[in-house]
Amino acid sequence: MSVLSVRDLEVVYATQAGPIPAVRGVSLEIETGEVVGLAGESGCGKSTIVNAILRLLPPGTTVTGEVLLSGEDILTMKPGRLRAVRWTEASVVFQGAMHALNPVQRIGDQLAEAIVIHGRAGEREALVRVGSLLEQVGLPPRRLRDYPHELSGGQKQRVMIAMALACSPTLVIADEPTTALDVMVQAQVLRLLKDLQRELGLAMLFITHDLSVLVEVCDRLAIMYAGKIVEEGPSVEVFGKPAHPYTEALAAAFPAIGDPRFRRAPSGLGGDPPQPDAIPAGCAFHPRCPLAFDECPETVPDLYDAGERRRAACLLIPRGAKVST
Amino acid sequence: MRPTEAFGHADGPPVGVELEPTPPPEVPKSPRKIGWARRRMSARRIWRTYRKNTLGMVGLVILALFIAVAVFAPLLADKEGLEATCPCNGVPFSPPSWDFPLGTDNFGRSVLTLTIWGSRISLTIGLLATAISMLIGSVIGIVAGYYGRWPETVLMRLTDWFLVIPFLPLAIVLASILGRSMVVIIFVIGVTSWPSTARIIRAQVLSVKTRPYVERSRALGSSHWHLNTRHILPNVAPLIFANTVLTVAIAILSESTLAFLGLGDPLQISWGTILESAFAAGAASAGQWWWLIPPGLAIVFVVLSFTLCGFALDEILNPKLRRR
Amino acid sequence: MGTRRYIVGKVLQAALTLAFVMVFNFFLFRIIPGDPAALLLRGTSAFNPENVAEVRAELGLDEPLPQQFLTYITDMATLNFGESFYLRGAPVSEVIADRIWPTVLLLGTSAIASAAIGLIIGIHAGWRHGSRFDVGSLSFTLFVYAMPEFWFGILVLMAFAGGVGPFPAIFPTGGYETPGADLTGWAHVADVLNHMFLPFMVLTVSYLGEYALIMRNSLIDVMNDDFVQTARAKGIREKQVLWGHVVPNALLPTITLTLLSLGFIFGGAITIEYVFSWPGLGLLTVQAIDTKDFALLQGLFLLFSAAVIFANLIADIGYSYLDPRVRAA
Repeated sequence: MSVLSVRDLEVVYATQAGPIPAVRGVSLEIETGEVVGLAGESGCGKSTIVNAILRLLPPGTTVTGEVLLSGEDILTMKPGRLRAVRWTEASVVFQGAMHALNPVQRIGDQLAEAIVIHGRAGEREALVRVGSLLEQVGLPPRRLRDYPHELSGGQKQRVMIAMALACSPTLVIADEPTTALDVMVQAQVLRLLKDLQRELGLAMLFITHDLSVLVEVCDRLAIMYAGKIVEEGPSVEVFGKPAHPYTEALAAAFPAIGDPRFRRAPSGLGGDPPQPDAIPAGCAFHPRCPLAFDECPETVPDLYDAGERRRAACLLIPRGAKVST
Repeated sequence: MRPTEAFGHADGPPVGVELEPTPPPEVPKSPRKIGWARRRMSARRIWRTYRKNTLGMVGLVILALFIAVAVFAPLLADKEGLEATCPCNGVPFSPPSWDFPLGTDNFGRSVLTLTIWGSRISLTIGLLATAISMLIGSVIGIVAGYYGRWPETVLMRLTDWFLVIPFLPLAIVLASILGRSMVVIIFVIGVTSWPSTARIIRAQVLSVKTRPYVERSRALGSSHWHLNTRHILPNVAPLIFANTVLTVAIAILSESTLAFLGLGDPLQISWGTILESAFAAGAASAGQWWWLIPPGLAIVFVVLSFTLCGFALDEILNPKLRRR
Repeated sequence: MGTRRYIVGKVLQAALTLAFVMVFNFFLFRIIPGDPAALLLRGTSAFNPENVAEVRAELGLDEPLPQQFLTYITDMATLNFGESFYLRGAPVSEVIADRIWPTVLLLGTSAIASAAIGLIIGIHAGWRHGSRFDVGSLSFTLFVYAMPEFWFGILVLMAFAGGVGPFPAIFPTGGYETPGADLTGWAHVADVLNHMFLPFMVLTVSYLGEYALIMRNSLIDVMNDDFVQTARAKGIREKQVLWGHVVPNALLPTITLTLLSLGFIFGGAITIEYVFSWPGLGLLTVQAIDTKDFALLQGLFLLFSAAVIFANLIADIGYSYLDPRVRAA
């Protein structure tokens, strides 16, 4: 049984300007111990998926489909069961550098809160466990007495990671954990995540817009565009030999020094991702696609098989045309 | 080899992207005319947005009504009715009747007449006092924000001190020393309500000061006067305007309170002085509601209308709120 | 330690503000056009050149300004605020001390009540903003704000003490206790409370709206912060998210804003005490206005200002204990 099984997830926000579809049919599977990456530009729906998995979306949002955590559908859970499942089965590493920590509470208390709420320990034992959690992420245990403003960005991110591990979940969702950090700190945090994942055998869903980061950490990759997954497969292959024009453009935006592909023409994709309330007809990517042809504005592409455990949503595939050079 | 060539399609603009050129706008004659044309356009835009704000429109309608009553008072009620010895007066302390729709006061004067004519004084004092307060507050706020360093420290410290002093005791002390007249009341209210305005304006000046076009202008060698009047003031003006409207509400409340306590001009009739005489004559214990309710209700509605308009304007013009 | 330095700094600032108020008070009386002594006697039967000169000498107005200032400072230091005109030579400090308790009683209880009720309403309105409760409480606040509180007091007095139309006259029309009825013990307490009820209600209702609004807006701001999402994701119940995470953060800016509005409560006290003839400092102020008792007025002005300065100081110090970020700075 997969740790996470998302089937045909659709999320529509209710706003003053009318309903806005943020996720338009996404399916995803994560097995035990597997690290899956989810990439895409801002506004493609990745953060919505994070919130949907733990049912943290604002009231009034319409959610259809199935989100199974170890077989249980989170969307139909009763509130009591939902609260029990949150953090114990799946937890989230939010962007710690921002305001994800309560400014007026010591971090030790915030970490302990998760443990005590789920009945894992009494208050005193919880603090002991907090100390060992901090050590696990490379922070001295005495820092549990600090307030968030006394920590640097990287340290706060480590605290977020420690918090996510507090109840020993089977799935950890990392929502842009390195985005607001300096490059050197980014590398440290990434290494920490990789080590912890291996040590604890965690399943991970890693969300970011930085493709190069994903290749380092993830076993499989899924690329999102305008609320849908447009390509998925083993990360090295997806990054190295994209089967979808969008993936190719995204990969080209993070050039690797020495790779002959990037030696000549400057890369970069013109235009912006579509607004959720103005998604183009047919293939949503066709206005920006250098390979668009006459069928693209008319037919919505499915996820076609594009190789060993690979799929991509491009109309070129059934026509047997290759996308990458 | 580019993949598209394999299909034999020429590259055109992506489907769905239009490349129609927009016609160039009519070019006006001089920079000044451009400035005014732009200001007219933004004024129209503000009005269009304001119109959509229901509460703001309600406030505006009520306000227009009161201003009309104040302006057309001579047409609505006989001025002679304000005289205690007017033969047109009725029996004192009488409840509403056909002749006197709002009853009469201790001299037999029609409360309706008093309320209508009282609007002139109350509104005038409110507006003039606000003008003084906004002038002082804006100048202090702009100077403090613009010059920074020690002028700012001194002015802001002064502002903080004034903010701490409770308004009514200060106004009472000033008014009792300076005597009872309309000018004194206007002065007292104006001079005691500028601090909060100064604070808000200074904050706005600070944010405008660091904007690129101001720095560019300074690099080009503009004088302080030029920078302030051409760049800073126009960007602070909308906030000043929104704040002004809200301040008028407070000024009218202040005037009514000071008049009620016996510090108003004894020769003028305002809503506050009507309530003062009524209370002093024991209207509350005697249950003379027709004398006590109309002036107070008038104050409530005028203050409400200014406040609603002020909130609506604040929402439209205040950059901090817009960002949310 | 950072906290100690912060507190000392705040105390010094408060002292400086108080000093400014005193200096301001000094010049207030002396910068007016005309003769202060004449001002005192104008309109009374004692108004003639000899008396004016005598009063001038009494008040030390003939001495050079620096000398006057020195006298003023020493007077302030010894709490000598001069003599009251109204009560014919009684020291102002005594007059004030006599009448301070009723004001403390009335203002103290209504301030606490309006803050407590206002904050709770604000929390609920903010947590469910957009709901009918929120819209309702906002409209109520707006309406009460537009009402002069003395007018509200008059209406309440008319309805429940004077009795008009359908309203019963069940409360006394004013004062502190029933005159002549020499009550003691619980009977006395009940009598005072009976007299205090209407002014207490008026003051509480007049000001709870502002507290509610401040708290509501603060709460809405905090609700949208990221750490609230973190708390929910951890599986904490909504109630605990509200009271354990949102409210502590929302209270902080509320406290400062709340205490800054203390000045307005004093204004309300003056008018409401007058309306209900409650024998406190507010009524004393109005009586001082009527009799042009400048010494008393100045003494009261200083007292009110000092009270507000002190309240702000308490707020600043209290804030530093609640917000760890301030202590570190």
